[in-house]
Amino acid sequence: CLPPSLSLCLSLSPPADIISTVEFNHTGELLATGDKGGRVVIFQREPESKTEPFSQGEYNVYSTFQSHEPEFDYLKSLEIEEKINKIRWLPQQNAAHFLLSTNDKTIKLWKVPVLKPMDLMVEVSPRRVFANAHTYHVNSISVNSDYETYMSADDLRINLWHLDITDRSFNIVDIKPANMEDLTEVITAAEFHPHHCNLFVYSSSKGTLRLCDMREAALCDKHSKLFEEPEDPSARSFFSEIISSVSDVKFSHSGRYLLTRDYLTAKVWDLNMESKPLETYQVHDYLRSKLCSLYENDCIFDKFECAWNGSDSVIMTGAYNNFFRMFDRNTKRDVTLEASRESSKPRAVLKPRRVCAAGGKRRKDDISVDSLDFTKKILHTAWHPSENIIAIAATNNLYIFQDKLNSEMH
Amino acid sequence: MEDKVISPEKEEEAKLKARYPNLGAKPGGSDLLRKRLLQKGQKYFDSGDYNMAKAKMKNKQLPSAPTEKTEITGGHIPTPQDLPQRKTSIVASKLAG
Repeated sequence: CLPPSLSLCLSLSPPADIISTVEFNHTGELLATGDKGGRVVIFQREPESKTEPFSQGEYNVYSTFQSHEPEFDYLKSLEIEEKINKIRWLPQQNAAHFLLSTNDKTIKLWKVPVLKPMDLMVEVSPRRVFANAHTYHVNSISVNSDYETYMSADDLRINLWHLDITDRSFNIVDIKPANMEDLTEVITAAEFHPHHCNLFVYSSSKGTLRLCDMREAALCDKHSKLFEEPEDPSARSFFSEIISSVSDVKFSHSGRYLLTRDYLTAKVWDLNMESKPLETYQVHDYLRSKLCSLYENDCIFDKFECAWNGSDSVIMTGAYNNFFRMFDRNTKRDVTLEASRESSKPRAVLKPRRVCAAGGKRRKDDISVDSLDFTKKILHTAWHPSENIIAIAATNNLYIFQDKLNSEMH
Repeated sequence: MEDKVISPEKEEEAKLKARYPNLGAKPGGSDLLRKRLLQKGQKYFDSGDYNMAKAKMKNKQLPSAPTEKTEITGGHIPTPQDLPQRKTSIVASKLAG
C-alpha cells in the first residue's frame, strides 16, 4: 500500500549527539535510541485514549541513561568511543524489560523496570557487563530465539555468550588470517535466525552472506550456505568491491528471507537460493555517476541499515538528503520520503519526493542529484513489529511516523 | 553499428585515477581494510619516541606528514601535525531538565 499516508507524530532533537542506533522492542511498545555520546533514550507508546483520539499511540520519553563512557586502552594508546553501535531488546519474559547495548568493545545488559502508578521515574540498572572479548570493533549483536544466548560480532570474529555468564564466551567464527597482510574481507553484520536457534547469518565487505549452523561444528568457519551474486567481469571497476560491501543484513520475520543493503541497492534473498538474490531494489542508482567524489569524501563507506515491515511485504532503508525509501515487494511500487522539520508539520501527510538526474527533466518539487546534501544521511531506521509506525534517525533528530489510515499491516 | 558507451562507474574510476595517480590498482585488499580497521581509536603522541627520533635525525629534515591516502606504518614516528585532534566527549547529560 504505497505510498503510505505517513504523518509525523513526534520529532525530537535533544541538543545532544548524533543518534547511532534505533530499535523497537518485540511488542513495539518501547523504542530505544543510542547515541554517539553513549546515552540511551527509551520511549514508550501511550495507550490509546478515548478522550483525545489524535494523541493515541504517541511515543513519549520513558527513561534516559548513560550506557557507555569513553575509555582509554593505555597499552595500545587507543581511545575507545562511547558511541552506542547497536541496541537489541530481549523478548519479554517477566514484568521488567531487558536490553543489550554495545559500543566498540563492551556489551551491557540493562534492566528496564515497568513504571508503576506510584513511581515518579524509571531507573534503569546495569545487570551484566560483557567485556574483553573483542580485539576489533563490535558491529552487531543478536539475541538468540532460545532466550539464553546472544552473539556479538566484530570485524573478524563472532562470539557466543550466555546471558548469565560474563567471564567467558565461545568464539564461533574467526576469519582473521594468520598474516594480516592476507586480509581480504571483514565481517560487516551478523544476526540469528528468528526461529531456528542453531542458525545465524553474517555478511562481509565483499558482498557475500554466509549462513552457519552451530550444530555442524563448534567453530563455524565453514558455512552451510554461501549467498553471492555472480559479478559481471566486464562491469568491474575500482569501486565494485567497495559498493558491494553489505552494510546490514536482516532476516524476515518469517525467517524465509534475508534483506541486505549495500551502497546502492537493497536485496531480498531466499534462504533456499544461494546463487542470486530474489529481488534487487535500486535505492539511489543516480549516485553511480558520483562515485569519485563519494570516495573522496568517504561517503562511499557510509553504512546504511535496512528494515522489514511486520508482514515482510515492504522493505525500508535510508539515503542522503534526509530521504528514506520504501519498496513494496508485491506491487513493486516504491516511494521516497523526507524526514525533516521543513517538510513535515505534525499530522500532515508526507509528500513523496523525487530525485532527478543532473540536467534531466525537472518537475516542480524535484531535487537534482547535484543539490543533494550528503551530510544529511539516514543510516538508522526501524519499523514497528506489527503496525505501520516507523522510527527514522536523521543525524541528531528522531522522527516517528505513523500511517493512521492504514495502521494494520497488509 | 555498435556504440561504445562507457559506464558511469568506469568514468568515475577514470576521474579518480586522474586525480590520484599513485592510487593502487586494487581498491580492496589488506591495505584499505587494515587502515579502516585500525583507523578508529586515535594513536597518541609519545614524546619520548619523538625526541629520540628528533635527536637521531638532527641533521636531516623530519619526515613530512604523509598524504591522506597512504597508510601511516608502524615504523613512522608521528609528529604533532600527523595526529588528529582528540575530540572532547560529552560528560554531562544534555537531556537534563
